[in-house]
Parts: sequence; C-alpha cells; structure tokens
Amino acid sequence: MKLIFERGKEGQRCSILPPCDVPEVTLKELGIPERKEKLHLPHVSENELSRHYTELGKQVHGVNHGFYPLGSCTMKYNPKVNEKAAALPGFTGVHPLQPEHTVQGCLEVLQQTEKLLCEITGMDAVTFQPAAGAHGEFTGLLLIKAWHASRGDRKRTKIIVPDSAHGTNPASAAMAGFEVVSIPSGPDGCVDLEALRQAAGDDTAGLMLTNPNTVGLFDRNILEITSIIHEAGGLAYYDGANLNAVMGIVRPGDMGFDVVHVNLHKTFSTPHGGGGPGSGPVGCKAFLADFLPGKQVRCSRGDGEKAGTEEAGTEGTRTEGAMLHFEAPSRSVGSVRSFYGNFLVVVRALTYILMLGREGIPAAARGAVLNANYMMEKLKDLYPVAYDQTCMHEFVLSLEGLKKETGVTAMDVAKALLDYGIHPPTMYFPLIVHEALMIEPTETESRETLDTVIGVFREIRETAKTDPQKLHDAPHTTYIRRPDEVQAARKPVLRYEFVEKEETV
Amino acid sequence: MGSYLPNAEQDMREMLKETGHDSFDQLFGQIPQEVRLKELHLPEGLSEMEALAKMEDLAAKNRTFRQILRGAGAYDHYIPAIVGSVTGREEFVTAYTPYQAEISQGILQSIFEYQTMICELTGMDGANASVYDGATAAAEAAAMCRERKRQTVLVSAAANPQVIQVIRTYCFGSGAEVVLVPEKDGVTDAAALEDALDGESACFYVQQPNYYGNFEDADRLGEITHQAGAKYIMGCNPVALAIMKTPGECGADIAVGEGQPLGLPLSFGGPYLGFMAAASKMVRKLPGRIVGETTDRDGKRAFVLTLQAREQHIRREKASSNICSNEALCALAAGVYLSAMGREGLQQAANLCLSKAHYLQKALEEAGLSLKYDRPFFHEFVTVSDVPTAQILKALEEAGILGGLPLNEHEILWCATEKNTKAGMDQAAAVVKEVCKA
Repeated sequence: MKLIFERGKEGQRCSILPPCDVPEVTLKELGIPERKEKLHLPHVSENELSRHYTELGKQVHGVNHGFYPLGSCTMKYNPKVNEKAAALPGFTGVHPLQPEHTVQGCLEVLQQTEKLLCEITGMDAVTFQPAAGAHGEFTGLLLIKAWHASRGDRKRTKIIVPDSAHGTNPASAAMAGFEVVSIPSGPDGCVDLEALRQAAGDDTAGLMLTNPNTVGLFDRNILEITSIIHEAGGLAYYDGANLNAVMGIVRPGDMGFDVVHVNLHKTFSTPHGGGGPGSGPVGCKAFLADFLPGKQVRCSRGDGEKAGTEEAGTEGTRTEGAMLHFEAPSRSVGSVRSFYGNFLVVVRALTYILMLGREGIPAAARGAVLNANYMMEKLKDLYPVAYDQTCMHEFVLSLEGLKKETGVTAMDVAKALLDYGIHPPTMYFPLIVHEALMIEPTETESRETLDTVIGVFREIRETAKTDPQKLHDAPHTTYIRRPDEVQAARKPVLRYEFVEKEETV
Repeated sequence: MGSYLPNAEQDMREMLKETGHDSFDQLFGQIPQEVRLKELHLPEGLSEMEALAKMEDLAAKNRTFRQILRGAGAYDHYIPAIVGSVTGREEFVTAYTPYQAEISQGILQSIFEYQTMICELTGMDGANASVYDGATAAAEAAAMCRERKRQTVLVSAAANPQVIQVIRTYCFGSGAEVVLVPEKDGVTDAAALEDALDGESACFYVQQPNYYGNFEDADRLGEITHQAGAKYIMGCNPVALAIMKTPGECGADIAVGEGQPLGLPLSFGGPYLGFMAAASKMVRKLPGRIVGETTDRDGKRAFVLTLQAREQHIRREKASSNICSNEALCALAAGVYLSAMGREGLQQAANLCLSKAHYLQKALEEAGLSLKYDRPFFHEFVTVSDVPTAQILKALEEAGILGGLPLNEHEILWCATEKNTKAGMDQAAAVVKEVCKA
C-alpha cells in the first residue's frame, strides 16, 4: 500500500490553525539562521489522512482481533474503561509543573497506586518514573548500586543472571555498570543451587530473577535462592514480567526479594500500543526507599497513613483537608526520566486494580494458570513440553523432534498460525530450549477460544506430516509473506527518499 | 467485584479436572505453603460504573487552566482532532511490538513514516522508532558516543535541568564522568566549552533553543566540539525545527528531543516521546527498534524490524541499550500530527509560537517585568522583577491563568504557543501590571 508521502499532492492540507493575531516576528529579523533544506511532510486532506490510517489499521493484529498467546508478554484483554479514565480532561490537561495544590488528584493517583502495588508486591515504596520494564530493571539496579556504595562496599561489581532470563536483564545490568555472571539452569529449568552458591560471593551485588521463570515454572527453592544471595551480602531483584501468574497468591517481598519492577502493561491490563507506552514502576523494601529516583508523594500533615494500614487504597488513605506534596528521597539516585513517568498508564492500572480488588486480583492469576495448564494438557501428546509438569501462566513447547521428523520448524508453525488469525506464540525463547514456542494464553480467553486454538495446533501438526511444504510456504493469506530480513539488515532503507530532495524552500 | 474472566465456574471446574487437579490450591502446588500470601489487603473490587466514578472524582481534584503560559519541557499546543481519532483505534492500541511482520505491516509502516518525518525535521539520515522521552533520548545519545578512550560527557548548563539530571543518573550507572559546561548570559559559554574539551571527551550536548528559550550559536558550538574530536549532540524543540537551522545543517552527529509538542497532551508528564536521529555513520549505534524497508517472498514492498543485532534480545549484556518497550503509540500520534499539519501547518505553528512569545514578552515588559537576557529567543523567555514571583503567579492563578515557571524569587520562565490568544495574553499582562503597581 501507499506511504503517506505517496498520497495527496502539494497544496492539499488540513485546516488546523488560525491566522496570527499579534504582530508577526520572523527568525530572519532576529538574526537567527533558518533551515535551508526543504521540509518534506505529507500534504494530504483530512479525509485522505483518515483513510490512510484506516488502511494501515487493517494490517494490524491487536488483542481485539483475536488470540494473542505471546509468551512472556501477557497480552490480556485491555478493558475499555481504562481508556475512558485516562482520557479524562482532568488528567490529560494537567501541566506537570503546576503548583501542587492544583494537582491533588494526580498526586492521589500516584499515592493510591503506590499503596496498592506495595500490598501486591510486598514492598514498602514504589516509584513510577520508569517508563517500561527494562527501564525499571535499570532503575532497580541503580538502587542496588547506590546502596552498596552508601555502605562503602565497592567490591560488589557482579550481577548474577540465570541463562533462562529475558535479554533485558543482562543488558540492564551492563547499563548499570555491572559485570554479568550467567549461571546455567538445572535440568528442571530452575536455578541450579550449586551453581548459584559457587557464583555468589563478596563481589556479588545482586541476583536478577523472574519467578515464575521463563519456562513457566515456579522455582520452589526461592527462599533458599534469595537467602544464598543475602548471605553473600547481595540483594535480590525480582523481574515482574511474570507476576500475572502469582499476583494475590504469593508476593516477591515474601519470597525474599528486595527490589521489584512490575509491568503495568502486562499484569495490570494497560495496552501495549504497538510497542509502548508501557510503565515499569519499581518497588523496594524500606531500607532502599531513600535511594529512589524522582519524587515520592507525601501527606503534609503526616497523619495520612492512619487509615492506610488496614486496607491499601481505600478512601481513608487521605485525611480530609490534608495536602499531598512531592518530596525527593534524601539519597536519591537522581532521575531516570523527566517528571513522574508515564502517568496516564498509571491511571489505567489504578482503574483496573480498583475494579478487580481483593478477590479479582488472585482470581485473574488463577484464571491465567488454569488456561495455560488446560492448553498444555491438550497439546502435549502432539507437541512435547520442554518441562513436563504443572506449569504456571505459560509453558514452552520444543519442536526439535518435529523438525527432525518432518523438517517443519517452530518458525513454520508460527507462520502457519497466521493463516488462522492467531498471533503466534513467542518463538525461539527461552534460549535454553531448542525450537521453542512459548505459549501464554492469559486469563481473559474463554474455554471455547482455547478449544478452537488447540484444534488449530493439532491440525497444523497433522499438516506437518502430510504436507510439510505447505507450512514452509506459510503464511498464505496475509498481506505480505515472509519478508526478507537479511536484505533489510544488509542494505538498510530506514526512511523514504523524496525525489526533489535538493530543492530549497 | 469487577472481572474480565470469561469462563463460568462450571467451566473452570471442568478444566481443572481435565488438567488433573482437584482444586486451585493443588494447581498452585509448586508454590511452597510457607511463602504463600495469607490475606491480600486490598479494597473490595468495584463495578465499572463505580470505578469510573472514582477516577472522575480524582480527576476533578485537579485544576486545569485554559490559559497556560508555562513550558519548561512540556508544551501546551493545539492537537488536531484526527490525532486522537487515529490513536484511539483499538488495533493500534492493543497490538504488541510488531515482531510478526506479516500481521503488523500497519504498525511497521507507520513507524517507517514516523522515522522519515523525524529525519526530515532534524536533517539527519536515520531515526529510531522512539525512546521514553526527551531526557532519556539525550542520555542514550551520550551513551552512543562513548569510546574506550573517550568517556567524558559534556553537557551545557543551559539545557533543561531534568535532562541534565537524567544524563547524570544514566552516567552514574555506566561510570562515565559528566562535566557541566557553564552558561554565560543565558547561553552556553563557548570559551568554557573549548577549555573543557580534551582527548577524553566523548561528546557535548546542547539544547536548541535552550532551557531559557534562547537560541544557541549551534554552528560555533559544533565546530568547537568537532575540533576536539568529540561528537556533537543537539537536543531540539521539534516545532522550532520547522523553521530553524537543523542539526543536520549544523553538523550534529546525533539529534534528539522531546516529541510531546507533536500532538501529545500534557498529561501530568507522560506518556511522552523521545525522538532520536543520527548521521549515517552513527545510525547503527542507535538504541532500540528501527524499521527498515525490504521485499517479501513475492517481491512486494514490506517493512520489518531491522538491525536487531544491536538489541538486548540478541546481544544481551553486549547490547547498545536495554530498551525493549518504547513509546510506539506516541510516535504514531506524532506521525498523524505531522501529517495533519504538513509543512505549512508546522511552520505556521512555529511562527505563531515565535510571534506570540515576543508579544507576551513586550506586554509583560510594559506591565513591569523586564527581560533577563537581551537575546533572540523562540517561545520561552525569562523575566526579572522586584515583586516576588509567588505574588505574580498567585494573582494569575486566581484569574484562571497558569503563569510561567518560577526559577527563583524574582525570575520567571514564560512560554507562549499558538494556543495563547492576544486577548488572553493581554489579560495576563493586565493582572501582572496590577501586582507590580501595588
């Protein structure tokens, strides 16, 4: 289809702004150099513009289109009321540097959500500045770094990361200036305690771990794992990517973790937006709270905690007449982003948590784990499960045998699913499983949907036997088919080139 | 309680049974009893109607101003209606990162178009698909410039303090040294920059127009930086880029900025949009996702995520950055905004900002606030007065106007955009005059 630059023509435009009602000033008369290169932007009518994006929208698969079992990404349904709340002019129209007494509602959103997330994660304080999960990891690691430094303990330069971890874990550790020590997983996909004991020492700054881990199993040795790290003098970081499986059932804080990030765009139902904006708030235990970046919301009279002890986020968290204000933590690591993070994403997450409440949060986790086990159970005779036991919210299939037998790869199966209107599972991850397909159905899919998808998987397995070429050639019905990625990387074309580029204005 | 679980009790019981479990307790059997949560202290769940009412109550506790004269990193621009109509489409809102190119061409193409527009605005060769905001874009740009022998990051003291703080925080992580190049008379002190640069300097970051709204001599600063063998990073206001000399024309190696002025509401600070573009020799060092054009199996034009060998999911600890999720929907908004405005529209917006800010400055001058720096500025400027800033701003607030940002007891940083009308600015000036007279 046409690019926006190939639509319309010079002279077509939308009517947006009024004429100038004050004396006109130009850069020229100020003596400031102007741009000489012609600025090429689309020249389209509003109708043409609207149709362009409608057309683009037809070539997108969202959660609203169909099943989206992308492992590790928690593509659950995004409630529409969240969007409605985030679009309230009382939130969207607020300047981030307004006087505090004019933004009490925004401060209360942050304060309430902090209390709720503290309760869910078992932490004592939360910052909302990190704009995504990886950003949260980086932030959490800075807290760990600052804490060791504050104790004059400068020999702790290493972060231990299991080889099954998300790629962001080692990348975040490197960005925070740590050396990464990768430890192998045991035969059961969990942390190899012996390897951990050997890796942990007086140069260990901390450990990064997801639990349930990336093969979808809850590491039952978790208390021992975190205590090995603590005994070595390190801190334990919880990657909240998989929190959806256990929220309301077990808390990172109770597993011995000191710092945690949660992905509001996974666990708390805020949408992914085609890649963002997300939000990766970081929670920590009290002894780390002074190091948090940005600003924390506080109650001016100091009596705001009164009712908050019983139930987080109830009406009583703020005494009538009390004022909320911002306060920078005393030994803050600084700021990881401008202002207070992706505020509107926090608004969406708060709406969701308020709706689910004390029963709904663990019920969502139960639904997620049930759906995953149900699918696994109905597929495992045809597709071997990498770790054959009860899983949590996701499970990993290994298509190594299928590939040997029929030549059909995980990629072929993934592409074949596209012809059925199903988004493929995560492919080739975790790295420790060959020909991996990682399936996370989430709790918001019905049994009927799961049954349909199970049928599709079984049908594809049959096709692999009878007509493998059909799968190598898949997809057959999509707008484009298997684009040439090698060509894209070898001769990068990263922008549209305008023909009359040398012209000046 | 609210719930988005579709399965009825009966279905769930049957499903449990089919997985070989008698109860949920057994299903979660992997979790040792001693760590399980006994009781979750959250309020009871709500219906959609109740939850929305609560959120409406919270929103109502904020005050919004029809007349905003404050910028300092977040700008109140007019957002064409089409922007929200496109970015509100469920398919764009609910999709994940476009890893599966076959069913993501819509998102991939929109990013390719966005990248092109950012290249056009900045005069650079390649752009990425976005980072979190302007401040993290600056910090990531500084990280792109570090080499084995060049580790020091120089930053203009006339840049936005929040951007400086984020650069510092990122450098606390990486261990790079940050040197602040002082400002003189409202712009970067070029002589001080020359002194500060040495063989260990990785880069110099300047903001154009700078925090005080003043235009920097970007050509000169670039020359000085390059003479010392360091990389030159410009952080630019994207609206000003419609009319001012581009980073490309100033010889910058990397151009970054806060994309919020391109169709994103103020929203108490986020989500915003960090844009990043680089000259061709540095494109492969850009962090995060980049979309490229290619062809598919049938020779059809297609778009894919490309140059992924830079990224964390491939390179792990050797990746150029850890970024994964970015601000895709905000980049989409910027693409729609720039398409709706077009060249003429964006230049009109820039010229309106320039003209209105100068009108406001003169009106405030007449009201008793003098201009601090006698220099060309874009849409922000600093005033000085004997009257305490708190008094001025309080009077404006009572009149329903959000005045400029107080920098200290006597100085205010003002901003005007196309949204400020002559009548509105006259009213603001009249209020200020009253305060100054008293």
